[in-house]
Amino acid sequence: MSKRRIKSRMLHSFLHDPSAIVGFVILVLFIAAALLAPLITPQNPYDLETLTLEHFLTPPIWMEAGQAPYLLGTDDQGRGIFSTIIYGCRTSLFVGFSVVLIAGTFGVIMGLLAGYYGGWIDAVTMRLADTLFSFSTTLLAFLFLGISGGGSILIVILAICIAGWVRYARTMRGSVLEVKENAYIMAAKSTGAGDFRLLVHHLLPNAIPPIFVVLAIDLAVVIMLEATLSFLGVGVPLTEPSLGMMISIGKNYIYAGMWWMIVFPGAALILLVIGINLFADWLREELNPKIQRKA
Amino acid sequence: MAAYIARRLIQGIVVLLVASLLCFIVFRFMGDPVITLAGRYATFDQMEEVRRSLGLDKPVYVQYFRFLGNVAQGNFGISYVTRVPALGLILERFPATFELASTAVILSFVFGVALGVLVALKPYAVRNRLIMAGSLGGISIPTFLMGILLIMVFAVYLGILPPFGRGETTQVGFWRTGFLNINGIRHLILPAMTLAMYQLAVLLRLTRAGMREVLTEEYIKTAWAKGLPPRKVIFKHALRNALIPVITITGLQFGELIAFSIITETIFQWPGMGNLLLTSIRENDQPVIVTYIMLAAVVIITMNIIVDILYAVINPKIRYE
Repeated sequence: MSKRRIKSRMLHSFLHDPSAIVGFVILVLFIAAALLAPLITPQNPYDLETLTLEHFLTPPIWMEAGQAPYLLGTDDQGRGIFSTIIYGCRTSLFVGFSVVLIAGTFGVIMGLLAGYYGGWIDAVTMRLADTLFSFSTTLLAFLFLGISGGGSILIVILAICIAGWVRYARTMRGSVLEVKENAYIMAAKSTGAGDFRLLVHHLLPNAIPPIFVVLAIDLAVVIMLEATLSFLGVGVPLTEPSLGMMISIGKNYIYAGMWWMIVFPGAALILLVIGINLFADWLREELNPKIQRKA
Repeated sequence: MAAYIARRLIQGIVVLLVASLLCFIVFRFMGDPVITLAGRYATFDQMEEVRRSLGLDKPVYVQYFRFLGNVAQGNFGISYVTRVPALGLILERFPATFELASTAVILSFVFGVALGVLVALKPYAVRNRLIMAGSLGGISIPTFLMGILLIMVFAVYLGILPPFGRGETTQVGFWRTGFLNINGIRHLILPAMTLAMYQLAVLLRLTRAGMREVLTEEYIKTAWAKGLPPRKVIFKHALRNALIPVITITGLQFGELIAFSIITETIFQWPGMGNLLLTSIRENDQPVIVTYIMLAAVVIITMNIIVDILYAVINPKIRYE
């Protein structure tokens, strides 16, 4: 099948899958909101000049004590919940895409080398991968941040990458092992193509499709993980907006009936993750070789 | 087989050594326990005194080997904060964590697999589409948020379940259990649901995918054609094969379970090991943190070896690789 035909078939199936479209639209809306944050929010909740403590713990605007411009109310520092959510999504998406990019690139390279060369490179990489996998990305990131004290978004990204690359490496290795057996790889080899050419021009493009599924699922997982770490107080620093931290603050007011501090950031987080997962589900069905063969 | 197990054991020990070395290095070069212990306003002499009493004045490699030697004898050092042996402090909290985690694992496995089979059999039935939508929610709500939402609904608004703690417990020998009285069980419900939910959704989706693949295999068609009763085809022929990857992944994801139990225990102030770990991290209580990490590593590696051996028993091809 030519590349163009694969593309048009995927577009066709995408347009006929309502949940995939819904997921994609949600993701695009969140990305747009994150990029345009300063334009669409009434205040910058982390700019101390726009904060006034007199508006702290205001309920949403439709409730009796609600006040404009605080659409969804404010938290204990007088930060508007709506604005903080938008800025928090910025952090979520930044961490999410950074991890997926860094861990993905590293994992793909490791998987490519392990699958192509085999031997001790393969053995060492995969044993390391197995070990990191069983300790789990969540546990390793939590321990690393807890012990080192964290302190910046970059350290959070790094901490998630420690074991985050493993899934990419395993998937890539499996895919390379399959692609390697194809006749065109043999043909390229016999025409004297060097290792580098073979890896980058032949194996990489043919073995990479399954990686996109991992990437989509991983984006959702990483966004949840960042929120979890920030909730536990080992994630992004207090000076940065984060959905997890908002919920952690809201937890202190749970008995005071100030539900808006938890429900709105929680709903935003769930909606973003569901959107990504819906899209990922479609992508998985689409790129799953087992299902394709039968279709 | 013996050689296979021996090789896995040696690999496990290597991983433990690496973990201990990493722990040691990280703690040696990050944060000075002397300041924590002697206090910010201690004099130089007082700080030297503390340093000597902890053996921190010796060369680094001497400290590491002494640390290894002590660990080999089950001596993980004294908690900086409570001044009692770190190992005892952690093990004391083991029953609480074990009861919570095992309840959650059983819940998620039973319901995850059962619902997964149900959905795979009739993927397009309305009820099953609803279950799948629910599972999408399950994997899209992070554990900490699930816990807080459950507290909000069942403890704050409905007021029918306790929001934190372990409730009344009964001492049975060395084990302190919450299973033996109603109050203890009521306290277990929300945290166990929180911890189980994500894993349940993951297992449901894995079982469904596995069953859907297996059900199209030739041998299943043969089984149907032979006129076997559906119960036999579904459970004996299909589910058994679909479950192999499910069990492997569950066994190999033990680190994930430990991480999620830390989160759950923190939210519900459950008096277990994970809660202790977070407190210790906040107080920079290094012996407790190191002990916890080493114990977690031992548990994870043991689980891996058990899963590998089971897998090799089921699938003879693996043994000779």
